[in-house]
Amino acid sequence: MADNENKAEQNDGSITLPVFEREKLILNGRSYAWITDRIAGIVEKPQPLLWWLLFIPCSLIALIGVVGGLTYLVSTGVGVWGNTNRTMWGWPIVNFVFWIGIGHAGTLISAILFLTRQNWRTSINRAAEAMTIFAVCCAGIFPAFHVGRVWMAWFLAPIPNANAIWQNFKSPLLWDVFAVSTYFTISLIFWYLGMVPDLATIRDRAKPGIRKFFYGIFSLGWRGGNRQWSHYEMAYLLLAALSTPLVLSVHSIVSFDFATSTVPGWHTTIFPPYFVAGAIFGGFAMVMTIMIPARSIYGLHDMITMKHIENMCKIILATGTIVGYAYLMELFVAYYSGGKYEMEAFKLRITGPYWWAYVVMMFCNVVAPQAFWLKSCRENLWIVMGICMLVNIGMWFERFVIIVTTLPRMWLPGDWKYYEASPVDVLTFVGTIGMFLTLFLLFLRFLPCINIAEVKWTLLESDAHFDDKQAHPDEGVEAQPAYQYEIDDAGKHRNMEC
Amino acid sequence: MSTSVKRVYGYLAEFESASALYKGAEKVRDAGFKKWDCYSPYPIHGMDDAMGMRRSILPYFVFFGGSTGLLTGFSLAYITQVMIYPTVVQAKPANIFTTSAFFPIMFELTILFSGFTVLFCLLGLMGLPRLNHPLFASRQFHRATDDGFFIAVEARDPNFSPEDTKELLAAAGGTNIELVEEED
Repeated sequence: MADNENKAEQNDGSITLPVFEREKLILNGRSYAWITDRIAGIVEKPQPLLWWLLFIPCSLIALIGVVGGLTYLVSTGVGVWGNTNRTMWGWPIVNFVFWIGIGHAGTLISAILFLTRQNWRTSINRAAEAMTIFAVCCAGIFPAFHVGRVWMAWFLAPIPNANAIWQNFKSPLLWDVFAVSTYFTISLIFWYLGMVPDLATIRDRAKPGIRKFFYGIFSLGWRGGNRQWSHYEMAYLLLAALSTPLVLSVHSIVSFDFATSTVPGWHTTIFPPYFVAGAIFGGFAMVMTIMIPARSIYGLHDMITMKHIENMCKIILATGTIVGYAYLMELFVAYYSGGKYEMEAFKLRITGPYWWAYVVMMFCNVVAPQAFWLKSCRENLWIVMGICMLVNIGMWFERFVIIVTTLPRMWLPGDWKYYEASPVDVLTFVGTIGMFLTLFLLFLRFLPCINIAEVKWTLLESDAHFDDKQAHPDEGVEAQPAYQYEIDDAGKHRNMEC
Repeated sequence: MSTSVKRVYGYLAEFESASALYKGAEKVRDAGFKKWDCYSPYPIHGMDDAMGMRRSILPYFVFFGGSTGLLTGFSLAYITQVMIYPTVVQAKPANIFTTSAFFPIMFELTILFSGFTVLFCLLGLMGLPRLNHPLFASRQFHRATDDGFFIAVEARDPNFSPEDTKELLAAAGGTNIELVEEED
């Protein structure tokens, strides 16, 4: 055994390399039935006390903040958001970009990691996709209500209004409407189709009654035959391939809202990739923020392992560093452009009245995630949670810095005012946080939070040729160093000469 | 008083693992059956070959769905902005060269239409949604979404015979072979 594991040089000069086992995605040799029971059990059993302790305050916050705040806004007027000039208009846009960015990790995990065959995605993709849907719901509130007269929001839809005037299809704001609504629809289809086999699992475990009825309806009569799986797998691949450019387009188009204007500090070509990297960065932090507690509460340690968490930490580190690069590159380009106003805008951002927001952004998004270079930090869940919370805060401040520190020094003196958020502003934003968590808690309660079918697929025995492989274990791969061929060839030539 | 007539749906046989199901499927395929299926809790790779199935035809539908979306996006923007109500904003022209400004709309609608095509054509190809299926009457079939592996051979298949098919399934490694009947 020891000989086999070391690089044993054989007589003929070739080397047998040892076969290392892949790190397991499901720990403790869990069976199919255990996986089903653990995940479906969350839906079937009564919720733990902690669920109620979280659900009641979160739903109250959502009720007061979103329902109450918006009712007050609509019945009084958009002035309660303090929109006295264009600077004060910043708050809903900061929150819109913040929430829409959160959503991007879900599609990244379910689509891009699927296309790149990262099997570790299976344990976290369902929750991340749910998070995407809920984040986009929260995001949608802000642009819909900041139009002022919310009953006129249908003017955004591509239908002529009363004067037969169509929308301006050349405007990034209208592109945004198309991008966000497409993103929401496709994410919903992807999420739902991915859930159909798991809903069937819960249907098949339920006794006849109300649960069996509803899960039966929503699982569409799924049977799990290969004639269904074959089309289903193709549909999943197609949706992943469609979502990948979609997710990159959505935040690019959101960034066009800023980048196509002629405002110093916004008018830069780096915005699309910078926004997309930031969105993935912030989204992963939010996935961890909600999945690490869920993992502990429901005992999912064997399915969401330290490997999963470490992988996510590494993505946060990578995207956080890209974001840091973008921050510095923005400054360099402002300097290199030689543009007076561009340089002044950035000087003001760092040293002006909002310097504190810039410091918070830099610390939370660039400095804090660097701790993930250390394995000990990636393995300590308290540190991971702490850094993810910092990233969540930092990403909100990034949008604050981009939007609010730029607007107060625009061309018109009417805009020159220090930004203040009104109480209703704050209430609505806190309400959306409550709404997001309420929806996520309901998701944990009613839907399978891990993809049961796909997680089973990562077990070794799921392979159709598992028995054959067990019967004929692979002893090693024979590898010949490249130079060996040259030596052999040279030897042949020498022999021929002789 | 009504009498219930029962119609035979076919045989359902259980297999102990994915590997056993794969080998069993090859035997059923070689026996020339057409109306049968393998049931598993997750998609088993290579099963299409073991069952002698062709690749899914879904992508062809999606190509046409996506093309329709592209054309819709272009027409929506071009007809309204250039043809019936030329809109000049920020001195951007309203002619054929405006098309580049419509690319985001065209792209998003391509994806949107493709996504809906995936959804509806997938449901059509799978024969879903349906409220019931004869197999749900089986006492063991509920395990197909948990940890059971099954082959069901339908009585509609011309090669089906009550004795030989049962023997074939047993020889292929199937256990708990059950005759599934549906109420008529």
